[in-house]
Amino acid sequence: MSVSFQADEQLDTLGMFCPMPIIMTSKRFKQLEVGKVLEVLSDDEGIIQDMPAWCETTGQEFLGLEEEDDGTGKIFKTFVKKIKA
Amino acid sequence: MTTMTTPNIAPEAVLNGLQETKPESVTIVCLSGDMDKAMAAFIIATGAASMGMRVTMFFTFWGLNMLRRKGETSSAKDWLRRLFGVLNRGGADTLPLSRFHFMGAGTSMMKKVMKQNKMPGIPELMDIAQDLGVKFIACTTTMGLLGITKDTLIDSVDQYAGVATYLAEAKNGSVNLFI
Repeated sequence: MSVSFQADEQLDTLGMFCPMPIIMTSKRFKQLEVGKVLEVLSDDEGIIQDMPAWCETTGQEFLGLEEEDDGTGKIFKTFVKKIKA
Repeated sequence: MTTMTTPNIAPEAVLNGLQETKPESVTIVCLSGDMDKAMAAFIIATGAASMGMRVTMFFTFWGLNMLRRKGETSSAKDWLRRLFGVLNRGGADTLPLSRFHFMGAGTSMMKKVMKQNKMPGIPELMDIAQDLGVKFIACTTTMGLLGITKDTLIDSVDQYAGVATYLAEAKNGSVNLFI
């Protein structure tokens, strides 16, 4: 699959379950500059629904999702843009 | 006489401002002292706080055990409540599972599995909640009834209060849970 999103920073939450990916995203967003894109790596399938929901509630922009399979399991990459402080 | 000029403010702008100063509020009553139920409560609390919501947790009855220091009994003056404190010891990492506790064996198995899967336990979830600004309120009625004194509680308790404080917060809440 070709890379369609360009991320400025990456956050690795592999091996972690809900609510950790969302909590870590929220923490990282506090330091992230407005206009930058954060890529969040997760192997928890819940992130597919949770990340758009987090964006909708916090008013940030959900750019999209990429799925990868490294042979041991699926990895979900979500791309979120900080559009407000 | 001065002439009044009406400022031209778009209603949407005013509404947006209001919503920003008054974020959505979540309140959770923690009555249960079971580990599984406490986990659900803290996962919702930390999740909501990460989503920018104002979160208040009100600890009452067995839920108060999470706010007690580990192994603390009671320093109440009468022997009945002191005895109760001995029988009902507190501590966030000593909570039993509501099912499959099996004299502690089931609960420690569950804790082991959680650790293997990098899942935060109750003490860790409480630290995260504090860090995210979740407010902890200890129910003073239960404290009196069970002989739990302030000096036996952890430092992260924000308020000692009763039902009116909870309701004042809950009536503004869009999510109010009883766990």
